[in-house]
Amino acid sequence: MNTITVGHRAGPRLLAGLSYYGPAGLPDHHRQHGPLPAVGRRLIDVVDAAGLTGRGGAGFPTGRKMRIVAGGRGSKVVVANGCEGEPASSKDRLLLTMLPHLVLDGLAAAAAAIGARDAYLCVHDHEASLLESLQAAVAARKDSVRIQVSGVPGRYVASEQSALVQYLNGGAAKPAFSPPRPQERGVRGLPTLVNNVETLAHLALIARYGDRWFRSAGLPAAPGTMLVTVGGAVRRPGVYEIELGTPVGEAVARAGGLAEQPQALLVGGYFGAWLPAGAAWPVPMTHAALKAAGGALGAGMVIALPASSCLLAETARIVRYLADEGAGQCGPCVFGLPALANAMADLAYHGGRGRAGRQLAALLPLVERRGACKHPDGVTQLIRSAVRVAARDAREHDVAGPCRGITREPLLPLPGEDL
Amino acid sequence: MRLRVNPIACTGHGMCAELLPELITLDPWGYPLLASEMVPQALAGHARRAADACPTLALLADDSFVAGPGVRHGRRHAG
Repeated sequence: MNTITVGHRAGPRLLAGLSYYGPAGLPDHHRQHGPLPAVGRRLIDVVDAAGLTGRGGAGFPTGRKMRIVAGGRGSKVVVANGCEGEPASSKDRLLLTMLPHLVLDGLAAAAAAIGARDAYLCVHDHEASLLESLQAAVAARKDSVRIQVSGVPGRYVASEQSALVQYLNGGAAKPAFSPPRPQERGVRGLPTLVNNVETLAHLALIARYGDRWFRSAGLPAAPGTMLVTVGGAVRRPGVYEIELGTPVGEAVARAGGLAEQPQALLVGGYFGAWLPAGAAWPVPMTHAALKAAGGALGAGMVIALPASSCLLAETARIVRYLADEGAGQCGPCVFGLPALANAMADLAYHGGRGRAGRQLAALLPLVERRGACKHPDGVTQLIRSAVRVAARDAREHDVAGPCRGITREPLLPLPGEDL
Repeated sequence: MRLRVNPIACTGHGMCAELLPELITLDPWGYPLLASEMVPQALAGHARRAADACPTLALLADDSFVAGPGVRHGRRHAG
């Protein structure tokens, strides 16, 4: 995948120090941004004023989360989530491989602000070389917080925040039933701040340049920049830094524009939703605007599906993957997701009996909001958006049989496949 | 009173649907579906009994919530 950054109005921020020659070491990082200034509890006020929200997908206000943890009893723990469970996303990996000190600065700043002496940087345990390079990066620094690089199992739900905490506590990397949430009782029972690595990278810059600088990009209600992964039928798939509020179409233009006539865009990744290409084009990339348009911002993925692909077959394939990736803990997810995957496969590949649509409609409410985590809800949102956006196609599939699109090679990436 | 199911603990014994059919039915796989999280006062005793009878203690009856007139999600007692 390419990683090309072209400055929008504000120019790249996180990716300003990106070099094509290799990862930025500590001297490169300091040349670009200067050393991390001493920060304390006051940083939480600055983060509040900056309006930074979590870049892992949920978009929770970072300052508020920091304040909850800082207000808890005793010592605190910070966890940087660099697992990037979304198969279509590459932004966290880009930061961790090329700009590790930006993330580590953010981790150190967050720890200083909330009063944590221990921090964990979590990545997938099969990424041996990444684990090694991150350990080397930590060793090259002089942080007062103890940072431990931890490998966690590479399953989709293992990077859910309660799953990370449970794993660091010696348990299985599976979501836990809440409350208590990690902010109240997390690693070793201590108040724990879990943040996505991109969120921490923004924090590193806010600690240096302040809240007004942060707000000089993006919209008043959705300030700052974010990393997006643009893929599918575009000319230059890769990771781009955009201002929040940039229209979806402009994010696609940053990736070189469309390579083929589009049918729909998958915005927000496999936890997001399909949107008709035309309708999605002008929608600003913010949580609120995409939600209003029937989609989700998620962790900032935009995938263009060409008109010659079958949206239902693509979705069926992803739903099967997601059904297999569950933690296997909650009945409605254990039984409901495979049933949904079967119904989607029926609709996409077999059809012709007029049954699959009814079957899907009956199954969806049996799965929604019935898991301990949001994994099943992500799957139902994806399916609902697929049968909404490809409604005519779905009827034809169901009654007359599959379309010609199913003969085209699948486009949406899954782990273990060459990208 | 407010009812919740801990979906991780629940293994689908189905006792709750036997003891509280007014509020709980079972899905095709045997897991409980709650008609409403808020328990009307008249059913509070049955709900408590169903929660106590759950073999995996997955049905949680929270007494700190009271259903008021027209309050869909209940509210906490002061103090």
